[in-house]
Amino acid sequence: MGAGRYSALGLLRGALGGHQHWGRAWRAGSPNGPYDVVLIGGGGHGLATAYYLAKEHGIKRIAVLEKAYIGGGNTGRNTTIVRSNYRQPQLQRLLEYSLKLWHGLSDELNYNVMFSPRGALFLGHSDADMARLAERGDALIAMGIDADLIDRDAVAKLAPLLDMGRDARWPIEGGLIQRRGGTARHDAVAWGYARAADNLGVDIIENCEVTGFLREGNRVTGVTTTRGDIAAGRTGICVAGNSGTVAGMAGLKLPIEAHTLQAWVTEPVKPMVDTVIMSQSLHCYFSQSDKGGMVGGGDPDFFPSYAQRGAPVRLEDSISQAIALMPALSRLRMVRSWAGVTDMSFDGSPIIGETPLDGLYLNGGWCYGGFKATPGSGKLYAHLLATGTSHPIAAPFDLARFAAGRTIDEVGAGPMPQNR
Amino acid sequence: MLQIPCPHCGNRNQEEFAYERSVESVVRIDDAPDVAMTALFSRANLRGEDHEIWSHMCGQWLRLTRDRMTHAISAVVPL
Repeated sequence: MGAGRYSALGLLRGALGGHQHWGRAWRAGSPNGPYDVVLIGGGGHGLATAYYLAKEHGIKRIAVLEKAYIGGGNTGRNTTIVRSNYRQPQLQRLLEYSLKLWHGLSDELNYNVMFSPRGALFLGHSDADMARLAERGDALIAMGIDADLIDRDAVAKLAPLLDMGRDARWPIEGGLIQRRGGTARHDAVAWGYARAADNLGVDIIENCEVTGFLREGNRVTGVTTTRGDIAAGRTGICVAGNSGTVAGMAGLKLPIEAHTLQAWVTEPVKPMVDTVIMSQSLHCYFSQSDKGGMVGGGDPDFFPSYAQRGAPVRLEDSISQAIALMPALSRLRMVRSWAGVTDMSFDGSPIIGETPLDGLYLNGGWCYGGFKATPGSGKLYAHLLATGTSHPIAAPFDLARFAAGRTIDEVGAGPMPQNR
Repeated sequence: MLQIPCPHCGNRNQEEFAYERSVESVVRIDDAPDVAMTALFSRANLRGEDHEIWSHMCGQWLRLTRDRMTHAISAVVPL
């Protein structure tokens, strides 16, 4: 399909012919049910799920339904950071599973997702911070995940533009770096999975909004959409940000609340930071995109909202923190800021599992950390949708954990998403 | 930014308020465990008007009826 397999030779041929031969990367699908599996949501997670369902499980008839265009939601709104240095073992296993997939993803998809393992650095601002980072590093190493505790001089060498002064607003004492972490091109992840899934026969149907579910008793047998009814053997919700709305159409109430998270980008400049800088004590993170823009973000807005716009005060918080950490940022002009709607789950961890309805499955609740999990989430969700049972890595993230008291609460905030 | 009408102080900047929880998640002291669990761990999470409890820094608590898509506040009740 399209221009066939992408290669250096193809690029050269294009250069000679004025790049006229490139075709569509994936077909414009139309509903053509019934399907074995229908996925609601054409973001990175949904497209990845479709790809692994076709590739790993040999499912023939798969459709991905997207209400607008693919990758137009949170996949295209995050700050593109990829890492697996979490604290809870269940999350470590999940994100490390995903990180390993990131490292071979461009080859796997024959599509350059521009994954750049440039290192993800947590800053420590005090003795207490350094003790906390050391403890996390030990936990990671015990799990077989790379973590280097580095001192003040090593941080200064890694990112010379950080304010290392003793009188800095937030003095830097050291850090914990995951060198295999980094960034990726978010749009390319959606496009790469879409093209690879399409090549395996998946129907990617854009401008097709799900409006309800087809039911036979307690079983979901498909969906109603703005483009007609579509029958499905199994139906997978994969719409993080809008999980509450879509699950609500099936009469379900989830342990999820929609909150807004903002991000910002500056004008592109010459390389100034070649690693991802994060401070969990402040809640500010930034990195430089391959185009040169400094991309960053901070806290969510602390109250429920489905509006894809945020309050200026939170933007000011994260920018002022970034400027205090790296004063040179103050010389750059901000060109854009935007917001996405995040699925804030009630323990801060995602939900991948069955729902109380037969044939209906849920992947959501990714809070503000879904992008990094895209490949792993897709592969694990595909396993669930193909076999009907959860992969051992995804099993702890079932929906029933909240009632059973098995929550996976990284920060111990309980069912209060605004405190996360 | 929201401007929220505090029943005690009048219109004030959102930054002076804290969102506490949605009204449906309030647990009463004599609720059965399953009722309490449902209240704590599930939300309608409506893409539209919902009822919320906020507090103002003056000490006043309030119940807001607020549209989570447009941010329009249609009712304020002092608590």
